[in-house]
Amino acid sequence: MTHPPSVSRAANTAGSPITIAVVGNPNAGKTSLFNALTGARQKVANYPGVTVERVSAHLQLPDGREAELMDLPGTYSLTPRSPDEEVTRNVVMGTQAGEQKPAAILSVIDATNLRNHLRFVLELKRLGLPMVLALNMSDLAERDGYKFDLAKLSELLGMPVIPTVAVRKRGLDAILAALPDAIDQTPTAALSALDVRSLNREAQSIARTVTLAEGHLSTLTRAIDRVVLHPVAGVIVLASILFVMFQAVFAWAEGPMTWIEDGIAWLQELAEATIANDWLLSLVNDGVLAGVGSVVVFLPQILILFAFIITLEQSGYMTRAAFLMDRLMAKVGLNGRAFIPLLSSFACAIPGIMATRSIDNPRDRLTTILIAPLMTCAARLPVYTVIIAAFIPDTTLTGGIGLQGLVMFGLYLFGIVAALVVAAVLRRTLTRGLAQPFLLEMPKYQMPRLRDLLIGLGQRGMAFLKRAGTIIMASTVLLWVFATYPKPPEDATAPDIEYSIAGYLGRGLEVIFKPIGFNYEISLALVPGMAAREVAVSALGTVYALQGDEDEVTTSLVERLRTAWPLPTALAFLAWFVFAPQCLSTLAVTKRETNGWRWPLFMFGYLFALAYVFAGATFWIATAILG
Amino acid sequence: MDAIDLSELAPKRRAHIVAIDQDPGPNHLDLRLCEMGFAEGMSVEVLHRAPFGGDPIAVLLGETLIAMRLDEARRVKVSLEDYPIPSANRPENKVAQ
Repeated sequence: MTHPPSVSRAANTAGSPITIAVVGNPNAGKTSLFNALTGARQKVANYPGVTVERVSAHLQLPDGREAELMDLPGTYSLTPRSPDEEVTRNVVMGTQAGEQKPAAILSVIDATNLRNHLRFVLELKRLGLPMVLALNMSDLAERDGYKFDLAKLSELLGMPVIPTVAVRKRGLDAILAALPDAIDQTPTAALSALDVRSLNREAQSIARTVTLAEGHLSTLTRAIDRVVLHPVAGVIVLASILFVMFQAVFAWAEGPMTWIEDGIAWLQELAEATIANDWLLSLVNDGVLAGVGSVVVFLPQILILFAFIITLEQSGYMTRAAFLMDRLMAKVGLNGRAFIPLLSSFACAIPGIMATRSIDNPRDRLTTILIAPLMTCAARLPVYTVIIAAFIPDTTLTGGIGLQGLVMFGLYLFGIVAALVVAAVLRRTLTRGLAQPFLLEMPKYQMPRLRDLLIGLGQRGMAFLKRAGTIIMASTVLLWVFATYPKPPEDATAPDIEYSIAGYLGRGLEVIFKPIGFNYEISLALVPGMAAREVAVSALGTVYALQGDEDEVTTSLVERLRTAWPLPTALAFLAWFVFAPQCLSTLAVTKRETNGWRWPLFMFGYLFALAYVFAGATFWIATAILG
Repeated sequence: MDAIDLSELAPKRRAHIVAIDQDPGPNHLDLRLCEMGFAEGMSVEVLHRAPFGGDPIAVLLGETLIAMRLDEARRVKVSLEDYPIPSANRPENKVAQ
């Protein structure tokens, strides 16, 4: 996504690159316009605060010059309220470290929200930089009945005004044509900042002058909102969307998962037929293929989950969900705004924690970061799926609801409830403080674009496969080494693995985990699971695949677990993974976002304690009930 | 002219903003409200109330839908009387329900 500066420099004959900053309010379609202009493969979403990192792309201007276009985080003003808004302010003021002041500003505003967005344009204009104004979503504005005198607007603002429709790539040539003139202008001296009320008055007066016909919030948006924001129907819709999402993750993924499993089995047979060396064959089949294969098989489920989340973001529904959830969040001292990062955390806690940058109150933000890992991330799906498939009967309850899907839903719910309780406790102790205001613009509904969905899914799928190909493969190979060496003595009676490093390591940890019902294979699998949670599954795959003869190796992991684990152990393992403290990447991103080791260590400690207590309780209660 | 808090405004009644209270606290609510487009003379209408107690509310500000808590809405003073100055944000063809 982010082009290295050297590329732009090399391409630019003038020496240092000409930079043009793309600035605008959230929901103005700024990122869509940026993508349309540059072709950059970047996430496009519909809720405020989605752009949290510096994104730039190379742009060829019609006069042959090269420029670097920078997509800055959306903001309502130059008074920063959150870390990402501060970046925007610093860049356009020329005070961002390592960043030169842009040569011009491409300001993007939503044509259906002219009056309010103009205020920010006026504020930017006082900086003295040359500007070009993109009046985006002009098709929607026209449809909703708005008519503007663009020549007058351009005259009053003293800058070119170009109507655009970013998602349909309309107006792009006109923007490109206007940019060379803009960057050739000499910046004027910055005027002193004006207070927000005066800016508002000026914006109102300009809007009144140039608005020839006033439109209305689209009737479609209002009609949808009458249902989805209804106090009763809205909650039912939200709950249904979440329920369908989790059922779909199970039902739709079945076919593709079988294909992947068959593919892995085919590769293993191929390896058997072509690799003569026993040692190498064992490394390839039992280490690499068994380990990585048992993780890659979950790609379909992860893609389905992301497809739902991306679609909800793009359609504009995500902010409605935040509205519906705000009361519940407020009860535990959080804010509806935290709902968006938390929902992203269902895919992975890392983007979720990074998305908390849009929460301006530091205490709210810290609380949200600390509970983000309790949202069941996609990496836990493999673990849940295997255990559920092995121990929960595949029966259908009345109403066509699968019992396995229901258990999955219950586990997600358990994580959410735990998160709310933890948040409530934190807000009364460690992160006590004034409540943050909840003010959120709810954008018009928009049809999600298939192209943007596919780009988003491609990015996520690749990121997952990269993890499977690097961290996960490295840890499964390491585990294979642990499980293979040292070799058993000649007169060995127990399975080979009992004599290996892994055997000893597992037995050591077993002392800690035995009270909560974990056998030593589990204890062992939790260690490589530090790299990524889903590795626990591949680790189990490796450990069990190595434990028997050829026939047993080919028996699937599900079958193995069914015979190897008592039910209380399986349930305790599920409970453990609701909290699952072990994920190095989450701890690393928490360290980065909180500037120190204090909070990631606290996070690890409290998650470990809760995981231990709840897994133990599950084990002992299940043992008591089942005898 | 009787002004009431936006938080008190009955649903589906169009009103206009007469004042935004200063917020001396660290949240600077008045400034934030202004940044979201709240300004004297703008039309407002409460369209939706959230489940579990009617807080937050969804307010149609001009033609933009804003979600806000009642705490924020209390800072905005509105009047149901007709706004005397013809304003671009008050569509004439809008029929009150």
